[in-house]
Amino acid sequence: MIVKETGDAASESVFNREDMLRSDRLPHIWCPECGIGTALSCFTSALGRSNYDLDKVAVVSGIGCSGRVAGYVKLDSFHTTHGRAIPFATGLRLANPELKVVVFSGDGDLISIGGNHFIHAARRNLDLTVICVNNFNYAMTGGQVGPTTPVGAVCSTTPFGNSELPFNLPGLAASSGAVYVARWTTLHVRRLITAMEEAMAKRGFSFVEVISPCPTLYTRRNKLGTGLDRMRDYRDSSDIRHGAAPDSVAIEFGGRITLGKFVDVEKPTFQDRLDDAMRASLGDKYRKNDRPPAVQASRRAIREP
Amino acid sequence: MQAEASGVLTGTHYLDGDHAFAEGALAAGCRFFACYPITPSTEIAERTARRFPPMGGVFIQMEDEMAAMAAVLGAVWGGAKAMTCTSGPGFSLMMENLGLGIMMETPCVLVNVQRAGPSTGLPTMVGQADVMQARWGSHGDYEIIALAPNSPQECFDLAIEAFNLSERYRVPTLVMMDECVGHMTEKVVIPEPEEIEVRPREFTTKKPGDYLPYATNGNLVPEMVAAGQGHRIHSTGLTHDERGYPDMTVAAQDVLVRRLMNKITTNSADIIRVESDSLEGADVVVVSYGITSRVARAAILKAREEGHAVGELRLVTIWPFAENLIRELAGKVRGFVVPEINLGQIALEVERCAAGRARTICVPHAGGSVHDPERIYEAIVEVMS
Repeated sequence: MIVKETGDAASESVFNREDMLRSDRLPHIWCPECGIGTALSCFTSALGRSNYDLDKVAVVSGIGCSGRVAGYVKLDSFHTTHGRAIPFATGLRLANPELKVVVFSGDGDLISIGGNHFIHAARRNLDLTVICVNNFNYAMTGGQVGPTTPVGAVCSTTPFGNSELPFNLPGLAASSGAVYVARWTTLHVRRLITAMEEAMAKRGFSFVEVISPCPTLYTRRNKLGTGLDRMRDYRDSSDIRHGAAPDSVAIEFGGRITLGKFVDVEKPTFQDRLDDAMRASLGDKYRKNDRPPAVQASRRAIREP
Repeated sequence: MQAEASGVLTGTHYLDGDHAFAEGALAAGCRFFACYPITPSTEIAERTARRFPPMGGVFIQMEDEMAAMAAVLGAVWGGAKAMTCTSGPGFSLMMENLGLGIMMETPCVLVNVQRAGPSTGLPTMVGQADVMQARWGSHGDYEIIALAPNSPQECFDLAIEAFNLSERYRVPTLVMMDECVGHMTEKVVIPEPEEIEVRPREFTTKKPGDYLPYATNGNLVPEMVAAGQGHRIHSTGLTHDERGYPDMTVAAQDVLVRRLMNKITTNSADIIRVESDSLEGADVVVVSYGITSRVARAAILKAREEGHAVGELRLVTIWPFAENLIRELAGKVRGFVVPEINLGQIALEVERCAAGRARTICVPHAGGSVHDPERIYEAIVEVMS
């Protein structure tokens, strides 16, 4: 599917991807004006444009509002434990090299409880795409402070304002080894679709941060207006700076937000490096895992009536 | 189905329990291994890391035990047979994703080579104090399968059994080794591949669209798929219906949790394995498992020499517990003696099943070494007095 550069971002040609959504699960759980649905629509659009065999695309989520994405995509999808989407995806991808594996989750899940897995997956340059919806708080549990909450922001567990410094996600991803790092907001849907498409096409650990409003909790508590007001703010207070140094794009409360593609480099993946090392030591004795035997066995079973 | 030859190291070997277990896993068809190093289980990982590359297996040392267990579950949904190994502290961390494995009905094997706890405890010294954790360690109601080998040969044999049981019942299977068995070196005979019975995963033959991931059609165990086969399934740790979709209702919870438990409890006769000697006519039965079963033997032989009628019952399967057998014996014997390297865990189960009809004497040991057989002998004599 081709998206016209000048077209209406909300046109049906972009977002009508019912073939990729479990419409039998509607209505979804997300609040009005929340950005997660937009991020999901951008994802299905990116998938549609990428022409992957959808039978070979798997989505893994952790826990939280964004963690519910896995439940709405009509793909092989796994809704795992809190913080463990990346290691689950690691096993899935390594055991079945045919799969395109996308981790779709939130900032608390991926960066706080799952933070260790995030940096290690990036370090290994595992062939995974990680999409992180950053709404600056733990929304599912009622809006507690999270690892990306800006200093000064009010959350249910920081009633007098957050005093902790947050993580700057592009900086964290880039310094840990990610080969692709981009950040967009849920206003910038065309650019976000392109970023997701590029991230999935990348070999290795690719990361897309999606800045999203949380109108019920973070946005309301911090008197940042409605979801629509957030869209205006994303338009008026953001700067697109492709190639900006990832460690220079930290988000401050009430400050301008730097958007763009910050990292796009080539590096051998986990599997590339493993294959090279094994062949150097073992030569022809090394047998690469190209498909698990169990799957081959099942294929035979399925063919037989 | 017979074992795939590439994983079977046929021959007579001199191996410790950890290495023997690794060979058993390979023979069973395990081709994915994720772990985090911890004594005294590390040798299982080390051997697998060496053995996998020529046979197309995936070995990855993860950043922690939570990740290791999560990666195992992911690999199984990718179509592989997968396992991890750990010891007490790592076992605690794996409880989180053990629960997910139970809820998603993910067949896999988790080995705990037990050392003495709590906490860091005695890292290189034996314990058997995680057996209740094996049963109850993850939150919520569930049933689990746990095996306890008492020799390197049995580590090999039960590795295969553990994989087969996990595939049969779609449940993570625990192997509760102990440090002594893991580090003890003995003769291990590995048969020819065609002599090893390996249970393949029961993949559905239903076409996408006809298949519901958690429908059981009267059978308590659903058929499985792997990601990438076109079924586009959803699986979640949330309470779910037959489609795998979240269903936050009392009714769905009741149906799901009861089935997860019933698929084990109603098949316990098929799952449970014990080894026994001289139970007929016994006045006292020594109930033990793992390394302690071998220590108890010295006490049993001494008591028999003195004319006591002592039966011997070794639990090869710890969970589900052999409660019918204990109940039956309780009506016939004066008492049970339960030595274990903890301060009374399986003894409580024996006492529960004996239900006051026979005495239960625990022979506790806080850990760090095996029992002095004399203590077990004294308990036997105490029952007889």
